[in-house]
Amino acid sequence: MILEGKTGKWEIICGLEIHCQIISKSKIFSTASAKFGADANQNVSFVDAGMPGMLPTLNEECVRQAVKTGLGLRAVINKYSEFSRKNYFYADLPQGYQITQFVHPIVGEGVVTIDLDDGSTKDIRIERLHIEQDAAKSIHDMSPNKSFIDLNRCGVGLMEIVTKPDFRSPEEAGAFLKKLRSIVRYLGTCDGNMNEGSMRCDASISIRPLGETELRPRAEIKNVNSVKFAMQAIEFEAKRQLEVYESGGQIEQETRQFDASTGTTKFMRKKEFANDYRYFPEPDLPPLVLSDEFIDEIKRNLPELPDAKKARFMETMGLTKYDATIICENKEVAEFFEKAAKGHDGKKVANWLMGDFFAMLNRKNLTIDNSPISAENLGKLVELIETNVISGKVAKDVFEIMAETGDNPEKIVEEKGLKQVTDTVAIEAIVDAVIANNPENVAAYRNGKVNLRGWFVGQVLKESKGKANPQIVNELLNKKL
Amino acid sequence: MTIDTQTVRKIAFLSHLKIEDDKIAETEQEFNKILDWVGQLNEVDTSDVRPLSAVNDTELVCRKDEVIEGNQADKILKNAPQEEYDYFVVPKVVE
Repeated sequence: MILEGKTGKWEIICGLEIHCQIISKSKIFSTASAKFGADANQNVSFVDAGMPGMLPTLNEECVRQAVKTGLGLRAVINKYSEFSRKNYFYADLPQGYQITQFVHPIVGEGVVTIDLDDGSTKDIRIERLHIEQDAAKSIHDMSPNKSFIDLNRCGVGLMEIVTKPDFRSPEEAGAFLKKLRSIVRYLGTCDGNMNEGSMRCDASISIRPLGETELRPRAEIKNVNSVKFAMQAIEFEAKRQLEVYESGGQIEQETRQFDASTGTTKFMRKKEFANDYRYFPEPDLPPLVLSDEFIDEIKRNLPELPDAKKARFMETMGLTKYDATIICENKEVAEFFEKAAKGHDGKKVANWLMGDFFAMLNRKNLTIDNSPISAENLGKLVELIETNVISGKVAKDVFEIMAETGDNPEKIVEEKGLKQVTDTVAIEAIVDAVIANNPENVAAYRNGKVNLRGWFVGQVLKESKGKANPQIVNELLNKKL
Repeated sequence: MTIDTQTVRKIAFLSHLKIEDDKIAETEQEFNKILDWVGQLNEVDTSDVRPLSAVNDTELVCRKDEVIEGNQADKILKNAPQEEYDYFVVPKVVE
């Protein structure tokens, strides 16, 4: 996206930092439950509460999940990494410091390929992924002058993923967030629910005149908690900076907050000194050293990821790039499709899935996991059309009955007598009757009003209650008109 | 490296420590004494020494992913200056 300013063209430079809550049973440095939604302060150990003398112990599953995610980001896994303390005082951090990784993160540089609306792809470089503990949850709306603190989230494992400043438009950033969410969900390392806060995003944005090579000071936008908000925030912030520059002002490095209700960003604080946090090596945890066996084991058990699945669906199941991209974004949808398409025409199953099926789920406000129509039954429906048992038109009615009852389409077709009539003699009788009953239209057609053709087809299908095979109807009309 | 008055105030601010004005000079001296003492390490040639981040030459041993602790809000909140509905209650901290 190029900004057209009064002074010329400007480009957007944007990088993202994404915090992903790690899926694990217990917290990263304590044995309290990492589960969301418990009563206040019930999932808390003395380590999480920052009690004196308590020592952190690293959860092996959090390490495994981080390595798995790193492999999914096609990134370097660092066999040697270290933990550090990031020091700051805040009510949501009882220890007075966050245990994180600073100089030596567990995962280094990687790359994520994003899919853009015009069908093109772009590689976004990953700078690093490190693991750390989440802070507690503060609730501000229970009292006008007090904040309420719940330590349940305090100490839950997080992966912080940092990209290079590779985004040039809000669309690219949006496509990245969708792709990342898809990857972590395929891997089962984070549930990716941005609206519940288990995946959170900060965006760093600067702009510069097109052609300039130096980076200008950036604004960091905190807490843009949906793909849509991230895109809105980047666009608003880029335009705000353009206005500042073009009216003679300067941008200073600062932190801003996105306001979802207005779609704008507002000033939070200036970055006064870069080393506020006084990082130092965590004395309670020695360096983390991973073995080749540990990493190889994870590599061997890696599931098929969205890009690989997409390529396979395009090559072996006849899907277009567009279909494959949409179907593979969500693991459950991809699995449903694969089950439904087994033994059937993949492209036709995809059309039903992305058309009537998704529309039905939307209408009923359901997700694919609780769809009334099973994958097998959707496949069978396509097969009934393929083998000319029912017409495409009748299939739509059968589909609606399936959506209501969850029944097998073969059973519905049998019970309701919807089998397509392929008996030429029976169809011929209807064709003859339609021709005999409409002499004016027949004459008009023969005198050159060829668009009446469709009307005849419609009449015959109507008379047959949609059961006549359209191909046979057409052949007979050719002969008789 | 020498610590000046401004740095003493900044560190006090970051550490949430209240240092009275008449104690600043004394604190500044103490900081500098400590730094001078530690500064002796600079006399050692460390050009061939790998940076050390932990004094014990041990590797980190991980723990299994099991839930052991929890359901003890009463104990966790025991030292809270103020609590309500099992939450810690603090002065409002909205930015």
